[in-house]
Amino acid sequence: MSLKAGEIQARLEAKFPGTIVLAQLEAIDPFLVVDQGALLEMGLSLRDDPELAFDTLHCLSAVDYLKEDRIEIVYHLSSLKHRHWIVLKVHLPRVDPKIPTVEKIWPTANWHEREAYDLFGVVFSGHSDPRRIFLPDDWAGHPMRKDWVWPEEWHGIAVKPGKQFAERASEGETLGVGPFD
Amino acid sequence: MGIATTARVYKDLEPDSAYAFKPEDLEDDEMILNMGPQHPSTHGVLRIELKTDGEIVKDARPHIGYLHRNFEKHAENIDYQGVIPFTDRMDYVASMANSLTYALTVEKLMAIEVGERVKSIRVLVSELQRIASHLLAIGTYGMDIGAFTPFLHCFREREKILDLFEWLCGARLLYNFNWVGGVSHDLPEGWTDKVLQFLSEFEPVIDELDDLLSLNKIFTDRTATVGIIPPDLAVAYALSGPNLRGSGIKWDVRREDPYCGYEKYDFEIPVGQGRYGPIGSCWDRYYVRVEEMRQSVRILHQALDKLPAEGDVHEKVPKRVKPNPGEAYARTETPRGELAYFIVSDGGLIPYRVKGRSPCFVSMSIFHEIARGEMIADIIAIIGSLDIVLGEIDR
Repeated sequence: MSLKAGEIQARLEAKFPGTIVLAQLEAIDPFLVVDQGALLEMGLSLRDDPELAFDTLHCLSAVDYLKEDRIEIVYHLSSLKHRHWIVLKVHLPRVDPKIPTVEKIWPTANWHEREAYDLFGVVFSGHSDPRRIFLPDDWAGHPMRKDWVWPEEWHGIAVKPGKQFAERASEGETLGVGPFD
Repeated sequence: MGIATTARVYKDLEPDSAYAFKPEDLEDDEMILNMGPQHPSTHGVLRIELKTDGEIVKDARPHIGYLHRNFEKHAENIDYQGVIPFTDRMDYVASMANSLTYALTVEKLMAIEVGERVKSIRVLVSELQRIASHLLAIGTYGMDIGAFTPFLHCFREREKILDLFEWLCGARLLYNFNWVGGVSHDLPEGWTDKVLQFLSEFEPVIDELDDLLSLNKIFTDRTATVGIIPPDLAVAYALSGPNLRGSGIKWDVRREDPYCGYEKYDFEIPVGQGRYGPIGSCWDRYYVRVEEMRQSVRILHQALDKLPAEGDVHEKVPKRVKPNPGEAYARTETPRGELAYFIVSDGGLIPYRVKGRSPCFVSMSIFHEIARGEMIADIIAIIGSLDIVLGEIDR
Protein backbone atom coordinates (compact mmCIF):
# COMPACT_ATOMS: atom_id res chain seq x y z
CA MET A 1 0.00 0.00 0.00
CA SER A 2 1.51 3.24 -1.00
CA LEU A 3 2.00 5.81 1.75
CA LYS A 4 1.82 9.60 1.60
CA ALA A 5 4.83 11.67 2.65
CA GLY A 6 3.07 12.67 5.87
CA GLU A 7 2.48 9.04 6.84
CA ILE A 8 6.11 8.17 6.14
CA GLN A 9 7.18 11.10 8.30
CA ALA A 10 4.90 9.94 11.13
CA ARG A 11 6.34 6.42 11.00
CA LEU A 12 9.91 7.69 11.09
CA GLU A 13 9.10 10.17 13.83
CA ALA A 14 7.68 7.36 15.96
CA LYS A 15 10.75 5.20 15.44
CA PHE A 16 13.44 7.87 15.63
CA PRO A 17 12.00 10.68 17.74
CA GLY A 18 13.58 14.07 17.33
CA THR A 19 15.74 13.22 14.33
CA ILE A 20 13.59 14.88 11.68
CA VAL A 21 14.76 18.47 11.79
CA LEU A 22 12.35 19.84 9.22
CA ALA A 23 9.54 18.44 7.08
CA GLN A 24 8.34 20.22 3.96
CA LEU A 25 5.26 18.33 2.88
CA GLU A 26 3.88 21.18 0.75
CA ALA A 27 6.93 21.35 -1.54
CA ILE A 28 6.73 20.14 -5.17
CA ASP A 29 8.52 16.98 -4.04
CA PRO A 30 7.88 16.59 -0.28
CA PHE A 31 11.12 16.28 1.63
CA LEU A 32 12.38 15.57 5.16
CA VAL A 33 15.56 17.07 6.58
CA VAL A 34 17.11 14.54 8.94
CA ASP A 35 19.90 14.62 11.46
CA GLN A 36 23.00 13.00 10.00
CA GLY A 37 23.62 10.94 13.15
CA ALA A 38 20.41 9.02 12.49
CA LEU A 39 20.92 8.63 8.75
CA LEU A 40 22.24 5.07 8.68
CA GLU A 41 19.66 3.60 11.04
CA MET A 42 16.89 5.49 9.33
CA GLY A 43 18.10 4.27 5.93
CA LEU A 44 18.13 0.66 7.10
CA SER A 45 14.67 1.04 8.56
CA LEU A 46 13.39 2.67 5.35
CA ARG A 47 14.72 -0.24 3.32
CA ASP A 48 13.83 -3.13 5.60
CA ASP A 49 10.48 -2.10 7.08
CA PRO A 50 8.01 -4.11 4.96
CA GLU A 51 5.48 -1.27 5.05
CA LEU A 52 8.02 1.23 3.73
CA ALA A 53 10.34 -0.98 1.59
CA PHE A 54 12.37 1.84 0.03
CA ASP A 55 14.53 -0.45 -2.08
CA THR A 56 15.68 2.04 -4.71
CA LEU A 57 17.94 5.03 -4.28
CA HIS A 58 17.29 6.88 -7.52
CA CYS A 59 19.61 9.76 -7.11
CA LEU A 60 22.04 11.20 -4.61
CA SER A 61 22.84 14.84 -5.22
CA ALA A 62 24.82 17.47 -3.40
CA VAL A 63 23.83 21.13 -3.45
CA ASP A 64 26.10 23.91 -2.26
CA TYR A 65 24.30 26.80 -0.51
CA LEU A 66 26.97 29.46 -0.21
CA LYS A 67 24.85 32.14 1.49
CA GLU A 68 23.28 29.74 4.00
CA ASP A 69 26.76 28.29 4.60
CA ARG A 70 25.81 24.65 4.16
CA ILE A 71 25.93 21.74 1.78
CA GLU A 72 22.89 19.56 1.34
CA ILE A 73 22.99 15.92 0.40
CA VAL A 74 19.69 14.94 -1.21
CA TYR A 75 18.47 11.33 -1.42
CA HIS A 76 15.64 10.52 -3.82
CA LEU A 77 14.13 7.25 -2.66
CA SER A 78 11.28 5.14 -3.92
CA SER A 79 9.80 1.72 -3.43
CA LEU A 80 9.25 -0.65 -6.34
CA LYS A 81 6.81 -2.65 -4.25
CA HIS A 82 4.59 0.10 -2.81
CA ARG A 83 5.14 2.75 -5.51
CA HIS A 84 5.75 5.53 -2.99
CA TRP A 85 8.35 8.18 -2.90
CA ILE A 86 10.26 10.35 -0.43
CA VAL A 87 13.14 12.81 -0.51
CA LEU A 88 15.59 12.88 2.40
CA LYS A 89 18.02 15.70 3.00
CA VAL A 90 20.99 16.07 5.29
CA HIS A 91 22.56 19.43 6.08
CA LEU A 92 26.34 19.58 6.35
CA PRO A 93 28.74 22.42 7.10
CA ARG A 94 30.61 23.85 4.11
CA VAL A 95 33.94 23.44 5.86
CA ASP A 96 34.97 19.81 6.18
CA PRO A 97 31.63 18.20 5.25
CA LYS A 98 31.53 14.61 6.39
CA ILE A 99 28.72 12.09 6.28
CA PRO A 100 28.50 8.30 6.65
CA THR A 101 28.19 6.37 3.41
CA VAL A 102 24.91 4.62 2.57
CA GLU A 103 26.46 2.20 0.06
CA LYS A 104 25.91 -0.69 2.49
CA ILE A 105 22.19 0.03 2.33
CA TRP A 106 21.86 0.94 -1.34
CA PRO A 107 24.95 -0.24 -3.30
CA THR A 108 24.10 2.18 -6.11
CA ALA A 109 25.23 5.01 -3.81
CA ASN A 110 28.85 4.04 -4.40
CA TRP A 111 29.32 5.99 -7.63
CA HIS A 112 26.95 8.80 -6.67
CA GLU A 113 29.00 9.39 -3.53
CA ARG A 114 32.23 9.33 -5.46
CA GLU A 115 30.72 11.98 -7.71
CA ALA A 116 29.68 14.13 -4.74
CA TYR A 117 33.19 13.83 -3.34
CA ASP A 118 34.78 14.65 -6.68
CA LEU A 119 32.70 17.72 -7.47
CA PHE A 120 31.79 19.02 -3.98
CA GLY A 121 34.46 17.67 -1.65
CA VAL A 122 32.00 15.88 0.62
CA VAL A 123 33.76 13.06 2.45
CA PHE A 124 31.75 9.87 2.86
CA SER A 125 33.21 8.05 5.82
CA GLY A 126 33.42 4.29 5.43
CA HIS A 127 33.26 4.43 1.64
CA SER A 128 34.86 1.40 0.00
CA ASP A 129 36.43 3.22 -2.95
CA PRO A 130 36.92 6.90 -2.07
CA ARG A 131 38.55 8.07 -5.29
CA ARG A 132 37.64 10.85 -7.68
CA ILE A 133 35.37 9.63 -10.44
CA PHE A 134 35.31 12.20 -13.25
CA LEU A 135 38.28 14.49 -12.73
CA PRO A 136 41.95 13.52 -12.87
CA ASP A 137 43.43 12.32 -9.60
CA ASP A 138 45.79 15.30 -9.38
CA TRP A 139 43.05 17.89 -9.94
CA ALA A 140 43.00 20.50 -7.18
CA GLY A 141 39.73 21.50 -5.58
CA HIS A 142 36.09 20.64 -6.16
CA PRO A 143 34.63 22.61 -9.07
CA MET A 144 30.93 22.45 -8.24
CA ARG A 145 31.51 24.52 -5.09
CA LYS A 146 29.96 27.94 -5.65
CA ASP A 147 33.12 29.74 -4.55
CA TRP A 148 35.43 27.66 -6.69
CA VAL A 149 38.11 29.64 -8.50
CA TRP A 150 39.12 28.51 -11.97
CA PRO A 151 42.79 27.60 -12.22
CA GLU A 152 44.70 29.18 -15.12
CA GLU A 153 45.93 25.88 -16.46
CA TRP A 154 46.27 22.20 -15.79
CA HIS A 155 49.50 20.55 -17.01
CA GLY A 156 49.97 23.36 -19.50
CA ILE A 157 46.39 23.14 -20.83
CA ALA A 158 44.45 26.40 -20.51
CA VAL A 159 41.23 25.64 -18.63
CA LYS A 160 39.91 29.08 -17.59
CA PRO A 161 36.79 30.00 -19.56
CA GLY A 162 35.85 33.45 -20.79
CA LYS A 163 33.25 35.58 -19.08
CA GLN A 164 30.24 33.57 -18.07
CA PHE A 165 26.62 34.50 -18.60
CA ALA A 166 26.03 35.36 -14.94
CA GLU A 167 29.06 37.60 -14.83
CA ARG A 168 28.07 39.43 -18.02
CA ALA A 169 24.51 39.91 -16.74
CA SER A 170 25.74 41.33 -13.43
CA GLU A 171 27.89 43.83 -15.34
CA GLY A 172 24.73 45.24 -16.88
CA GLU A 173 24.87 43.65 -20.34
CA THR A 174 21.42 43.03 -21.83
CA LEU A 175 21.09 39.39 -22.68
CA GLY A 176 18.23 37.57 -24.33
CA VAL A 177 16.77 35.09 -21.91
CA GLY A 178 13.72 33.76 -23.72
CA PRO A 179 13.28 32.17 -27.12
CA PHE A 180 11.42 35.22 -28.48
CA ASP A 181 13.64 37.98 -27.09
CA MET B 1 54.76 -14.78 -15.42
CA GLY B 2 54.61 -14.12 -11.68
CA ILE B 3 53.83 -11.05 -9.69
CA ALA B 4 57.32 -9.56 -9.78
CA THR B 5 57.44 -9.04 -13.54
CA THR B 6 53.91 -7.66 -13.78
CA ALA B 7 54.40 -5.28 -10.92
CA ARG B 8 57.67 -3.88 -12.24
CA VAL B 9 56.42 -3.29 -15.75
CA TYR B 10 53.28 -1.61 -14.51
CA LYS B 11 55.08 0.58 -12.00
CA ASP B 12 57.51 1.83 -14.64
CA LEU B 13 54.73 2.78 -17.00
CA GLU B 14 52.16 4.68 -14.97
CA PRO B 15 51.79 6.55 -11.70
CA ASP B 16 50.07 4.40 -9.09
CA SER B 17 46.99 6.60 -8.94
CA ALA B 18 45.97 5.55 -12.44
CA TYR B 19 45.21 2.06 -11.13
CA ALA B 20 42.63 0.92 -8.63
CA PHE B 21 44.28 -2.47 -8.18
CA LYS B 22 47.65 -2.38 -6.48
CA PRO B 23 50.43 -4.76 -7.57
CA GLU B 24 51.13 -5.80 -3.99
CA ASP B 25 47.57 -7.16 -3.75
CA LEU B 26 47.99 -9.43 -6.78
CA GLU B 27 48.26 -13.14 -6.26
CA ASP B 28 50.45 -15.45 -8.31
CA ASP B 29 49.39 -15.67 -11.96
CA GLU B 30 47.19 -12.61 -11.69
CA MET B 31 47.72 -9.76 -14.07
CA ILE B 32 46.28 -6.32 -14.60
CA LEU B 33 45.00 -5.73 -18.10
CA ASN B 34 43.83 -2.42 -19.46
CA MET B 35 40.93 -2.30 -21.85
CA GLY B 36 40.52 1.06 -23.53
CA PRO B 37 40.30 4.05 -23.41
CA GLN B 38 40.60 3.54 -27.16
CA HIS B 39 38.78 0.31 -27.89
CA PRO B 40 36.23 -0.29 -30.63
CA SER B 41 33.74 -2.07 -28.40
CA THR B 42 33.66 0.25 -25.40
CA HIS B 43 31.13 2.47 -27.23
CA GLY B 44 33.10 5.61 -26.49
CA VAL B 45 36.07 6.57 -24.41
CA LEU B 46 35.90 4.13 -21.53
CA ARG B 47 38.81 2.48 -19.79
CA ILE B 48 38.33 -0.73 -17.85
CA GLU B 49 40.96 -2.14 -15.58
CA LEU B 50 40.70 -5.92 -15.45
CA LYS B 51 42.35 -8.17 -12.92
CA THR B 52 42.81 -11.39 -14.83
CA ASP B 53 43.94 -14.89 -14.13
CA GLY B 54 44.56 -16.32 -17.58
CA GLU B 55 41.30 -15.89 -19.47
CA ILE B 56 39.18 -15.38 -16.35
CA VAL B 57 38.34 -11.90 -15.11
CA LYS B 58 38.76 -11.84 -11.33
CA ASP B 59 37.67 -8.24 -10.87
CA ALA B 60 37.07 -5.13 -12.92
CA ARG B 61 37.09 -1.38 -12.34
CA PRO B 62 35.72 1.01 -14.94
CA HIS B 63 37.51 4.35 -15.16
CA ILE B 64 35.22 7.03 -16.51
CA GLY B 65 35.47 10.77 -16.98
CA TYR B 66 37.27 11.00 -20.31
CA LEU B 67 34.30 12.89 -21.78
CA HIS B 68 33.54 14.88 -18.64
CA ARG B 69 32.44 18.41 -19.54
CA ASN B 70 30.59 19.16 -16.31
CA PHE B 71 27.41 20.41 -17.93
CA GLU B 72 26.09 20.95 -14.40
CA LYS B 73 28.61 23.74 -13.84
CA HIS B 74 27.78 25.23 -17.24
CA ALA B 75 24.10 25.11 -16.31
CA GLU B 76 24.76 27.31 -13.28
CA ASN B 77 26.05 30.02 -15.58
CA ILE B 78 23.40 30.12 -18.26
CA ASP B 79 19.66 30.74 -18.44
CA TYR B 80 17.14 27.91 -18.23
CA GLN B 81 16.49 27.63 -21.98
CA GLY B 82 20.20 27.76 -22.70
CA VAL B 83 20.79 24.51 -20.81
CA ILE B 84 18.74 22.50 -23.32
CA PRO B 85 21.52 22.19 -25.95
CA PHE B 86 23.83 20.94 -23.17
CA THR B 87 21.35 18.24 -22.22
CA ASP B 88 21.18 17.22 -25.89
CA ARG B 89 24.86 16.47 -25.73
CA MET B 90 24.56 14.11 -22.77
CA ASP B 91 23.11 11.08 -24.52
CA TYR B 92 23.92 12.14 -28.05
CA VAL B 93 22.17 9.22 -29.72
CA ALA B 94 18.87 9.95 -27.94
CA SER B 95 18.85 13.74 -27.69
CA MET B 96 15.08 14.10 -27.90
CA ALA B 97 14.63 12.16 -24.66
CA ASN B 98 17.23 14.24 -22.83
CA SER B 99 15.84 17.64 -23.69
CA LEU B 100 12.31 16.37 -23.03
CA THR B 101 13.24 15.40 -19.47
CA TYR B 102 14.86 18.75 -18.82
CA ALA B 103 11.88 20.62 -20.25
CA LEU B 104 9.49 18.56 -18.12
CA THR B 105 11.48 19.31 -14.97
CA VAL B 106 11.41 23.06 -15.56
CA GLU B 107 7.71 22.81 -16.41
CA LYS B 108 7.13 20.97 -13.13
CA LEU B 109 8.99 23.74 -11.33
CA MET B 110 6.93 26.45 -13.03
CA ALA B 111 3.65 24.45 -12.98
CA ILE B 112 3.19 24.73 -16.75
CA GLU B 113 0.75 22.29 -18.33
CA VAL B 114 1.36 22.02 -22.07
CA GLY B 115 -1.40 21.50 -24.63
CA GLU B 116 -2.56 18.16 -26.02
CA ARG B 117 -0.89 18.69 -29.39
CA VAL B 118 2.48 19.35 -27.79
CA LYS B 119 2.07 16.22 -25.66
CA SER B 120 1.31 14.09 -28.72
CA ILE B 121 4.23 15.55 -30.65
CA ARG B 122 6.53 14.81 -27.71
CA VAL B 123 5.32 11.21 -27.57
CA LEU B 124 5.84 10.90 -31.33
CA VAL B 125 9.40 12.16 -31.27
CA SER B 126 10.43 10.29 -28.14
CA GLU B 127 9.12 6.97 -29.45
CA LEU B 128 10.80 7.54 -32.82
CA GLN B 129 13.94 8.38 -30.88
CA ARG B 130 13.58 5.18 -28.88
CA ILE B 131 13.43 3.14 -32.07
CA ALA B 132 16.44 4.97 -33.51
CA SER B 133 18.44 4.50 -30.34
CA HIS B 134 17.54 0.81 -29.97
CA LEU B 135 18.45 0.22 -33.62
CA LEU B 136 21.87 1.64 -32.90
CA ALA B 137 22.19 -0.45 -29.72
CA ILE B 138 21.12 -3.65 -31.48
CA GLY B 139 23.21 -3.04 -34.58
CA THR B 140 26.40 -2.26 -32.71
CA TYR B 141 25.80 -5.11 -30.29
CA GLY B 142 25.64 -7.52 -33.22
CA MET B 143 28.84 -6.01 -34.53
CA ASP B 144 30.58 -6.38 -31.15
CA ILE B 145 29.73 -10.07 -31.24
CA GLY B 146 30.87 -10.40 -34.84
CA ALA B 147 27.71 -10.08 -36.95
CA PHE B 148 28.19 -7.26 -39.40
CA THR B 149 25.11 -7.55 -41.64
CA PRO B 150 22.39 -6.68 -39.07
CA PHE B 151 24.27 -3.47 -38.36
CA LEU B 152 23.67 -2.30 -41.93
CA HIS B 153 19.96 -3.18 -41.76
CA CYS B 154 19.61 -1.28 -38.48
CA PHE B 155 21.41 1.78 -39.74
CA ARG B 156 19.33 1.84 -42.92
CA GLU B 157 16.17 2.11 -40.81
CA ARG B 158 17.72 4.55 -38.33
CA GLU B 159 18.64 6.79 -41.24
CA LYS B 160 14.96 7.14 -42.12
CA ILE B 161 14.17 8.37 -38.62
CA LEU B 162 17.04 10.84 -38.72
CA ASP B 163 15.65 12.11 -42.04
CA LEU B 164 12.26 12.60 -40.39
CA PHE B 165 13.88 14.55 -37.55
CA GLU B 166 15.88 16.63 -39.99
CA TRP B 167 12.68 17.52 -41.81
CA LEU B 168 11.06 18.36 -38.47
CA CYS B 169 13.68 20.61 -36.91
CA GLY B 170 16.68 20.84 -39.20
CA ALA B 171 19.08 18.73 -37.16
CA ARG B 172 19.94 15.07 -37.45
CA LEU B 173 21.54 14.33 -34.09
CA LEU B 174 21.33 17.22 -31.60
CA TYR B 175 17.91 18.75 -31.99
CA ASN B 176 17.22 21.43 -29.32
CA PHE B 177 13.62 20.51 -30.10
CA ASN B 178 11.87 20.28 -26.73
CA TRP B 179 11.55 23.72 -25.22
CA VAL B 180 10.27 24.71 -21.82
CA GLY B 181 6.52 24.93 -22.45
CA GLY B 182 6.46 23.59 -25.98
CA VAL B 183 8.47 22.35 -28.92
CA SER B 184 10.54 24.38 -31.35
CA HIS B 185 8.64 23.53 -34.55
CA ASP B 186 5.17 22.32 -35.36
CA LEU B 187 4.93 19.21 -37.53
CA PRO B 188 5.50 20.04 -41.20
CA GLU B 189 2.75 19.25 -43.69
CA GLY B 190 2.88 15.62 -44.78
CA TRP B 191 5.21 14.59 -41.94
CA THR B 192 2.70 12.28 -40.26
CA ASP B 193 2.11 10.44 -43.56
CA LYS B 194 5.81 9.83 -43.85
CA VAL B 195 5.87 8.49 -40.28
CA LEU B 196 3.06 6.08 -41.20
CA GLN B 197 4.98 5.03 -44.30
CA PHE B 198 8.10 4.49 -42.20
CA LEU B 199 6.17 2.36 -39.69
CA SER B 200 4.76 0.14 -42.43
CA GLU B 201 8.26 -0.37 -43.82
CA PHE B 202 9.82 -0.84 -40.42
CA GLU B 203 7.55 -3.50 -38.89
CA PRO B 204 8.72 -6.32 -41.19
CA VAL B 205 12.33 -5.35 -40.48
CA ILE B 206 11.96 -6.35 -36.80
CA ASP B 207 10.93 -9.88 -37.85
CA GLU B 208 13.80 -9.90 -40.32
CA LEU B 209 16.12 -8.98 -37.44
CA ASP B 210 14.83 -11.95 -35.47
CA ASP B 211 15.85 -14.28 -38.28
CA LEU B 212 19.15 -12.56 -38.90
CA LEU B 213 20.39 -12.06 -35.37
CA SER B 214 18.08 -12.26 -32.37
CA LEU B 215 17.10 -15.92 -32.63
CA ASN B 216 20.24 -17.03 -34.44
CA LYS B 217 21.74 -20.00 -32.63
CA ILE B 218 25.30 -18.69 -32.74
CA PHE B 219 24.15 -15.40 -31.23
CA THR B 220 21.94 -16.89 -28.51
CA ASP B 221 24.64 -19.38 -27.51
CA ARG B 222 27.11 -16.55 -27.25
CA THR B 223 25.00 -14.17 -25.18
CA ALA B 224 22.33 -16.08 -23.25
CA THR B 225 24.61 -17.46 -20.54
CA VAL B 226 26.86 -14.49 -19.76
CA GLY B 227 26.45 -11.24 -17.85
CA ILE B 228 23.67 -12.45 -15.58
CA ILE B 229 22.10 -9.72 -13.41
CA PRO B 230 19.82 -11.29 -10.77
CA PRO B 231 16.69 -9.22 -10.07
CA ASP B 232 17.65 -8.30 -6.49
CA LEU B 233 21.06 -7.04 -7.62
CA ALA B 234 19.42 -4.99 -10.37
CA VAL B 235 17.17 -3.31 -7.80
CA ALA B 236 20.00 -2.77 -5.31
CA TYR B 237 21.94 -0.94 -8.00
CA ALA B 238 18.83 0.99 -9.06
CA LEU B 239 19.08 -0.11 -12.68
CA SER B 240 16.33 1.07 -14.97
CA GLY B 241 15.11 0.67 -18.51
CA PRO B 242 15.90 -2.46 -20.52
CA ASN B 243 18.71 -3.39 -18.10
CA LEU B 244 16.21 -3.70 -15.24
CA ARG B 245 13.45 -5.26 -17.33
CA GLY B 246 15.94 -7.79 -18.74
CA SER B 247 16.12 -9.17 -15.20
CA GLY B 248 12.39 -9.83 -15.28
CA ILE B 249 11.11 -6.80 -13.36
CA LYS B 250 8.13 -5.09 -14.94
CA TRP B 251 8.91 -1.46 -14.22
CA ASP B 252 8.68 1.41 -16.65
CA VAL B 253 8.54 5.12 -15.83
CA ARG B 254 5.93 5.56 -18.57
CA ARG B 255 3.62 3.40 -16.41
CA GLU B 256 4.82 4.29 -12.91
CA ASP B 257 5.01 8.03 -13.28
CA PRO B 258 3.26 8.88 -16.56
CA TYR B 259 4.18 12.06 -18.38
CA CYS B 260 3.01 13.50 -21.73
CA GLY B 261 -0.22 11.50 -21.40
CA TYR B 262 1.39 8.05 -21.54
CA GLU B 263 -1.34 6.75 -19.24
CA LYS B 264 -3.73 6.93 -22.20
CA TYR B 265 -1.65 4.69 -24.44
CA ASP B 266 -2.07 0.97 -24.67
CA PHE B 267 1.24 -0.88 -24.69
CA GLU B 268 2.98 -3.85 -23.11
CA ILE B 269 6.11 -3.74 -20.98
CA PRO B 270 8.38 -6.49 -22.30
CA VAL B 271 10.56 -8.23 -19.71
CA GLY B 272 13.34 -10.81 -19.85
CA GLN B 273 11.94 -14.36 -19.96
CA GLY B 274 15.14 -16.38 -19.76
CA ARG B 275 14.28 -18.15 -23.01
CA TYR B 276 17.77 -19.46 -23.80
CA GLY B 277 19.43 -19.34 -20.39
CA PRO B 278 19.10 -17.79 -16.94
CA ILE B 279 16.94 -14.67 -16.55
CA GLY B 280 18.87 -11.42 -16.71
CA SER B 281 21.43 -12.50 -19.29
CA CYS B 282 22.86 -10.32 -22.06
CA TRP B 283 20.41 -11.86 -24.50
CA ASP B 284 17.42 -11.01 -22.29
CA ARG B 285 18.45 -7.37 -22.12
CA TYR B 286 19.04 -7.37 -25.86
CA TYR B 287 15.68 -8.91 -26.65
CA VAL B 288 13.81 -6.50 -24.37
CA ARG B 289 15.06 -3.78 -26.73
CA VAL B 290 13.78 -5.65 -29.79
CA GLU B 291 10.38 -6.11 -28.16
CA GLU B 292 10.32 -2.47 -27.11
CA MET B 293 10.64 -1.41 -30.73
CA ARG B 294 7.45 -3.39 -31.48
CA GLN B 295 5.71 -1.58 -28.61
CA SER B 296 7.01 1.77 -29.80
CA VAL B 297 5.45 1.10 -33.20
CA ARG B 298 2.12 0.47 -31.42
CA ILE B 299 2.44 3.69 -29.41
CA LEU B 300 3.33 5.65 -32.54
CA HIS B 301 0.18 4.42 -34.33
CA GLN B 302 -1.93 5.51 -31.36
CA ALA B 303 -0.15 8.86 -31.08
CA LEU B 304 -0.83 9.57 -34.76
CA ASP B 305 -4.50 8.75 -34.22
CA LYS B 306 -4.71 10.94 -31.13
CA LEU B 307 -2.81 13.91 -32.57
CA PRO B 308 -5.12 16.96 -32.32
CA ALA B 309 -5.41 18.81 -35.62
CA GLU B 310 -5.21 22.24 -34.06
CA GLY B 311 -2.98 23.75 -31.42
CA ASP B 312 -0.18 26.26 -31.12
CA VAL B 313 3.05 24.55 -30.09
CA HIS B 314 4.39 27.84 -28.70
CA GLU B 315 1.28 28.71 -26.73
CA LYS B 316 2.71 27.91 -23.28
CA VAL B 317 6.32 28.92 -23.96
CA PRO B 318 7.05 31.50 -21.24
CA LYS B 319 8.44 34.83 -22.32
CA ARG B 320 10.82 34.70 -19.40
CA VAL B 321 11.76 31.42 -17.74
CA LYS B 322 11.99 32.49 -14.12
CA PRO B 323 10.65 29.84 -11.72
CA ASN B 324 9.83 30.59 -8.11
CA PRO B 325 12.32 29.37 -5.50
CA GLY B 326 11.96 25.64 -5.07
CA GLU B 327 13.22 22.35 -6.36
CA ALA B 328 11.85 19.63 -8.58
CA TYR B 329 12.84 16.16 -9.68
CA ALA B 330 11.25 14.82 -12.86
CA ARG B 331 12.01 11.65 -14.73
CA THR B 332 11.22 9.99 -18.02
CA GLU B 333 11.83 6.65 -19.63
CA THR B 334 14.57 7.24 -22.17
CA PRO B 335 15.83 4.40 -24.38
CA ARG B 336 18.46 3.71 -21.70
CA GLY B 337 16.28 3.91 -18.62
CA GLU B 338 15.22 6.43 -16.05
CA LEU B 339 16.72 9.80 -16.85
CA ALA B 340 15.93 12.51 -14.33
CA TYR B 341 16.93 16.05 -13.57
CA PHE B 342 17.00 17.59 -10.14
CA ILE B 343 16.76 21.36 -10.47
CA VAL B 344 17.05 23.85 -7.63
CA SER B 345 15.82 27.35 -8.34
CA ASP B 346 16.60 30.40 -6.23
CA GLY B 347 14.06 32.49 -8.11
CA GLY B 348 16.57 33.92 -10.56
CA LEU B 349 17.02 33.65 -14.32
CA ILE B 350 19.76 31.08 -13.92
CA PRO B 351 19.31 27.64 -12.33
CA TYR B 352 20.94 27.40 -8.92
CA ARG B 353 21.74 23.72 -9.40
CA VAL B 354 21.01 21.19 -12.11
CA LYS B 355 21.80 17.57 -11.45
CA GLY B 356 21.38 14.94 -14.12
CA ARG B 357 20.64 11.42 -12.99
CA SER B 358 21.85 9.53 -16.00
CA PRO B 359 20.78 5.91 -16.48
CA CYS B 360 24.07 4.84 -18.08
CA PHE B 361 26.08 6.12 -15.11
CA VAL B 362 24.02 3.87 -12.87
CA SER B 363 24.15 0.92 -15.29
CA MET B 364 27.92 1.15 -15.45
CA SER B 365 28.28 1.13 -11.67
CA ILE B 366 27.07 -2.48 -11.57
CA PHE B 367 29.71 -3.57 -14.06
CA HIS B 368 32.28 -4.98 -11.62
CA GLU B 369 29.58 -7.20 -10.09
CA ILE B 370 28.65 -8.88 -13.34
CA ALA B 371 32.12 -9.00 -14.88
CA ARG B 372 33.55 -11.05 -12.01
CA GLY B 373 34.21 -14.63 -13.09
CA GLU B 374 33.51 -14.08 -16.79
CA MET B 375 35.96 -14.64 -19.65
CA ILE B 376 37.78 -11.67 -21.15
CA ALA B 377 35.97 -12.09 -24.47
CA ASP B 378 32.60 -11.96 -22.69
CA ILE B 379 33.41 -8.55 -21.21
CA ILE B 380 32.73 -7.14 -24.65
CA ALA B 381 29.36 -8.85 -24.83
CA ILE B 382 28.49 -7.49 -21.38
CA ILE B 383 29.42 -3.87 -22.10
CA GLY B 384 27.40 -3.96 -25.31
CA SER B 385 24.37 -5.44 -23.57
CA LEU B 386 24.30 -2.59 -21.01
CA ASP B 387 23.92 -0.16 -23.96
CA ILE B 388 26.00 2.65 -22.53
CA VAL B 389 26.68 6.04 -24.04
CA LEU B 390 29.76 7.63 -22.57
CA GLY B 391 28.54 11.16 -23.14
CA GLU B 392 25.83 10.47 -20.61
CA ILE B 393 28.02 8.64 -18.10
CA ASP B 394 30.60 11.40 -18.01
CA ARG B 395 28.24 14.34 -18.51
